[in-house]
Amino acid sequence: MIAYLCAIGVIALIYCLLALGLNLQFGLTRLVNFGVVAFFAVGAYTSGLLSLQGAPLVVCFIAAGVLSGLLALPIGLLSLRLRDDYLAIVTLGFSEAVRITIQQESWLTNGVQGLPGLPKLFSSWGGGVSDIAIFTVLAVIVGLVCWGTVRLTRSPFGRLLKAIGDDEAALSALGKDPARFKVQVFMVGAALAGVAGAFYAHFITFITPEQFIPLITFYVWMGLVMGGSGTVRGAMFGSLLLMVFLEGSRFAKDWVPGVSEVGMASLRLAAVGLALILVTLYRPNGLFGGSSK
Amino acid sequence: MTAASTTKADMTMLKVDAVTRLFGGFKAVDDVSLQLGPQEILGIAGTNGAGKSTLFAAIAGQQPADAGRITFDGQDITRVPPYRRARMGLVRTFQIPREFKSLTVHENLLAAAANPQGERLIHAFFQTRRLREHEAQLAAKADGILQFLNLSRVRDVQAGGLSGGQKKLVELGRVLMLDPRCILLDEPFAGVNPVLIEEICDRVRELQARGIAFIVIEHHLQALKALSHRMIVMDRGRILAEGDPHTVLDDPRVQEAYMGGVV
Repeated sequence: MIAYLCAIGVIALIYCLLALGLNLQFGLTRLVNFGVVAFFAVGAYTSGLLSLQGAPLVVCFIAAGVLSGLLALPIGLLSLRLRDDYLAIVTLGFSEAVRITIQQESWLTNGVQGLPGLPKLFSSWGGGVSDIAIFTVLAVIVGLVCWGTVRLTRSPFGRLLKAIGDDEAALSALGKDPARFKVQVFMVGAALAGVAGAFYAHFITFITPEQFIPLITFYVWMGLVMGGSGTVRGAMFGSLLLMVFLEGSRFAKDWVPGVSEVGMASLRLAAVGLALILVTLYRPNGLFGGSSK
Repeated sequence: MTAASTTKADMTMLKVDAVTRLFGGFKAVDDVSLQLGPQEILGIAGTNGAGKSTLFAAIAGQQPADAGRITFDGQDITRVPPYRRARMGLVRTFQIPREFKSLTVHENLLAAAANPQGERLIHAFFQTRRLREHEAQLAAKADGILQFLNLSRVRDVQAGGLSGGQKKLVELGRVLMLDPRCILLDEPFAGVNPVLIEEICDRVRELQARGIAFIVIEHHLQALKALSHRMIVMDRGRILAEGDPHTVLDDPRVQEAYMGGVV
């Protein structure tokens, strides 16, 4: 049971990390990134492939963050010209392009077969202990990112991000060039997703292209929007709540007679969708987003 | 800069020379020329759709001129992006207030201040003492401006919750953070109560006395007449009349175009 809870905890924290990255991009700066999973995938594959070449895991993790961040540069530059829904379409397309590339370029990524047998973090400490260690390290990192986000939000840099989110044209009429800030925050968010991907790869130890479908992006979005975008509290609790719900509903099938495993999975998605609609209607700032602005 | 051009800049701060701005085939601004001296208040009136706001957008850079030339302080700025024009001291406010709604009034002003070092990402985490002092100076400056604009009471209120008139003042406060030399005010009195209009006029006059030039677009003709040194009336993208406010408003062509000849 502890092993199970620990596994859920690690996955939940990975979602938290993704949500915190998206919170910088969307919550503060209003950049609509529908390609979260692309940076997550690139992080996972970068770290996975490097570790199979025998690189130390620390190096793999750093490389995952750096490469995902750099990959966000061209998308970030695109976002200077594209706003809102157009950026959403481009990022969504980009994430599918990344997934299909991983699937097709089997010389590098082993294609649909995926990468089995990735080294697990802290594996030398034995199964149970290593899971707890991963959970602890991840919790510390998520904690640091939370602290960093709060710090950023209160800084002059964060103030400008919020100003960009509110009215970019007005800001540029005041002598600021929003471009640089948008690109930077896009890259930081992507780097966080990359690190999350590395944790995922070295926890699950087996990654395949179909783990990186747009549904992951939408889970991250649901968590953030339900929790309350723009706040650390919202990103964290929203993601945790979503995870509790997704995992918890696995057990629900025992109490719902006559529903198959597949049917249950669909019901689960429907319920998440309904919850999202209700939250948007009745708590537009999210469950933990505080009072209306 | 040569001595000759400096003298010229003293006489004319802003020069708009035969500027045209097209929307498709429609000439929103059609061959408009005007000049603005330092410490001058120029009023621009005209019916809706006369091209006033588009002219502002061409001067401030949001909608660059398709033809013609704009010079500020003797420098050609026709192709300069808006943020660089603002840094040169040429700033604008908007017809519909564009406050940063999730920031407080005080933060709205701070976001406008020139603070390129403090606003770097790295300095969100590693602040030197010099940067902290600079930020404190800016905060004090913002407080001074809020006091000047009588906004100190709402200093820590989120700007999205202010009244229309207060938002106009916040916008004025924001551009003042840039130590501007020329301010373009787009309908500063629209939806503002008469008492506050008087207050805004007083502030504009005080700022003008301190050496700032203004161009003011306004439909409230009485207030504009009282405030302006010189007036321009626009109609269908062109300048219809120009001169001192009384003469311009008495011009039969202006009455015909602007008030349908009724007044």
